[in-house]
Amino acid sequence: MKTNDFSSSSSSSPSDRRIGALLRHLTAGTDADRVSSVFASPTSGGAGGSVFAHLVQAPEDAILGVTIAYNKDPSPIKLNLGVGAYRTEEGKPLVLNVVRKAEQQLINDRSRIKEYLPIVGLVEFNKLSAKLILGADSPAIRENRVTTVECLSGTGSLRVGGEFLARHYHQKTIYIPQPTWGNHPKIFTLAGLSVKTYRYYDPSTRGLNFQGLLEDLSAAPQGSIVLLHACAHNPTGVDPTLEQWEQIRKLMRSKGLMPFFDSAYQGFASGSLDTDAKPIRMFVADGGELLVAQSYAKNMGLYGERVGALSIVCKAADVAGRVESQLKLVIRPMYSNPPIHGASIVAVILRDRNLFNEWTLELKAMADRIISMRKQLFEALRARGTPGDWTHIIKQIGMFTFTGLNPAQVSYMTKEYHIYMTSDGRISMAGLSSKTVPHLADAIHAVVTKAL
Amino acid sequence: MAMRIRNSASRGTMMSRQISGLRSMSSWWKNVEPAPKDPILGVTEAFLADPSPDKVNVGVGAYRDDNGKPVVLECVREAERRIAGTSFMEYLPMGGSVKMVDETLKLAYGDNSEFIKDKRIAAVQSLSGTGACRLFADFQKRFRPDSQIYIPVPTWSNHHNIWRDAQVTQKTYHYYHPETKGLDFSGLMDDVKNAPEGSFFLLHACAHNPTGVDPTEEQWREISQLFKAKNHFAFFDMAYQGFASGDPARDAKSIRIFLEDGHHIGISQSYAKNMGLYGQRVGCLSVLCEDEKQAVTVKSQLQQLARPMYSNPPLHGAQIVSTILGDPALKGLWLKEVKVMADRIIGMRTALRESLEKLGSPLSWEHVTKQIGMFCYSGMTPEQVDRLTSEYHIYMTRNGRISMAGVTTGNVGYLANAIHEVTKSS
Repeated sequence: MKTNDFSSSSSSSPSDRRIGALLRHLTAGTDADRVSSVFASPTSGGAGGSVFAHLVQAPEDAILGVTIAYNKDPSPIKLNLGVGAYRTEEGKPLVLNVVRKAEQQLINDRSRIKEYLPIVGLVEFNKLSAKLILGADSPAIRENRVTTVECLSGTGSLRVGGEFLARHYHQKTIYIPQPTWGNHPKIFTLAGLSVKTYRYYDPSTRGLNFQGLLEDLSAAPQGSIVLLHACAHNPTGVDPTLEQWEQIRKLMRSKGLMPFFDSAYQGFASGSLDTDAKPIRMFVADGGELLVAQSYAKNMGLYGERVGALSIVCKAADVAGRVESQLKLVIRPMYSNPPIHGASIVAVILRDRNLFNEWTLELKAMADRIISMRKQLFEALRARGTPGDWTHIIKQIGMFTFTGLNPAQVSYMTKEYHIYMTSDGRISMAGLSSKTVPHLADAIHAVVTKAL
Repeated sequence: MAMRIRNSASRGTMMSRQISGLRSMSSWWKNVEPAPKDPILGVTEAFLADPSPDKVNVGVGAYRDDNGKPVVLECVREAERRIAGTSFMEYLPMGGSVKMVDETLKLAYGDNSEFIKDKRIAAVQSLSGTGACRLFADFQKRFRPDSQIYIPVPTWSNHHNIWRDAQVTQKTYHYYHPETKGLDFSGLMDDVKNAPEGSFFLLHACAHNPTGVDPTEEQWREISQLFKAKNHFAFFDMAYQGFASGDPARDAKSIRIFLEDGHHIGISQSYAKNMGLYGQRVGCLSVLCEDEKQAVTVKSQLQQLARPMYSNPPLHGAQIVSTILGDPALKGLWLKEVKVMADRIIGMRTALRESLEKLGSPLSWEHVTKQIGMFCYSGMTPEQVDRLTSEYHIYMTRNGRISMAGVTTGNVGYLANAIHEVTKSS
């Protein structure tokens, strides 16, 4: 090792003086032998290189990776049926008219300040969001038993709710349906919960495995948390009927299972906000407690603005107050307070009767277009005589269809037909148009009739 | 199947519970304690609730103009005009807006930084400074689980919450010297020396919060050299670039010194104060790596931590930043407006100190003008602060931290008088 004599009083460069000061500091109280063994080069990155040298590259997110692959493909006939963002008939993203109007209103209001929101977010937004999901006449709201905090879309609401449960709920296990959105297990694991699954999708019927669901929830330990997709299950599009929901509710209440609803598609599934919220409201009506994560990403097209809300329905008002104070302790060390822009847009729309009504019409138009795509795809496969039962395409609901195609088939469709979807065979109906349905039908027909 | 009864009070009503729901059962949350109020944000809540016409808020660190009003920068208004109605609202990538991140790295690392050219920086858009610190803390926990974080005494109170929730062991290092109301440099250097080799340190790049006490350039150089010898990791929290001296390059000097000396650092950057984008939650986390390959790797892992927290960061604030920094004219306007804010605060420091001296205070108030940035660590005790609130309706955090941004030509006299009254006998 190189040694430098820094003890000489004739060395005059600032760098040497600093090193001299450093050495004196380090060797104060030690013997002189140590001085010569200290090596400090001004240009090295430290003796051991990076402290993060041992990292390996993380795999691409499965869903977002589809769009990345799609973007790389030069084919003119490529079709992106991956990520669940709505597209118009022309294949373009859509910003709702009511959103543009709300944006203008916000811009024109010069008195608007953009300071920090409170930790719980925009209070008016919180109240309006609770009304939207629980119903304006909800007894839980009337009785002040609901605490609502603005969060970063559905993901953020689930994460904050999960962290709260991990800290304050007596049962640290959450049951998630099989299958579910790929990010769910990661969110709850990082929140500090242990994740188990319950049966949900039946591949043989491409519908709900209701028996399996009831059995698995019955077998769950008393008090376990259960994640429920409020409507338009992602990725399968398979929802319980109202009768089935009632049975689920009875079972869960009898076992003290804690419902945690993920509501990412209210209004987007059936076209009706109230219809899509019915399962949640059934649970609230029995007086019990629950959590619900709301997202405005799809139903208001606010994707990138990250707008959502977590509501916790409690038994009593004073409980709701204490719960809110604890939610703040989860939020503050995560991001301090939520973003103001998206929530402000939502508040402008929800508080204004005309804008609200206009929104419901635009929402229904999106839902109707998707339902129409389902019908068209079903008809196209029927017309081609594609083998198999494809009625699930029109029975499933919401943005996604679980086609039933296997990874090999999906891969073939990507390679030969430049059609991009997640390897579980999930297609985003929102990515289809009347023009592209034939191309997709051809691809499905080809892959089903081939021996793959 | 036997059913355990959680609440003994409702034992007799088990049957009706099965049928109708849970009206008779008590809440799962009845044991949830009310959480203490956040010490900083609680101050503004109390201020807002006070009906007194004389009330003064020198609590939370949000800039105010000389009329005590919040400010939206002109460059921000112009950026918003350009953005409104023109763009889609699709999801950003997990790592956020590439354009915004690129501009942000230039601010911290320098316009012509070799590290940017060589693509050695792993960087993601974050939820302002809090989000950047939290992502880094989670990253540190995941990949250096045995490491701990050294945090200065005192520091922004949320720093402790962040690393605690990330489950990283915390230690502290000497920083503030109450007797001089300046830097405890030898205490700091001792702690740096005595820390185990390869420790992680949280440093405030400029305008230390809450004290306003920064090392001199020479002191930063010595700290850097000692870090080199000890192989420590330096994580800079830079929440006030441009806001401290009025000159962003000058405010980044500590970081530039560490970069020159070859450290592989981490940086949290926030646009909350220097662009007035508080509620938009826009910032950036960056980690300087050995090479491009490692930077890609580290970025991929940072994204893995962001995805289960919020999936991808908010669009609007990032668009504002990109629009401003990507347009030379708007960027020039921003730099002017930042300097105006910094200069007003420096002016208020002078005014407050002079007022106290004119009142004949027996204490020294030199630190008011020596300290820098938004905050002044007055040296007042919690009891004196309580008197300021109860007798004079002046709101600040109980550690005696005054947010100079809340001081105006209109209230500086009242403030000085009140401070003088509660401190003159000490």
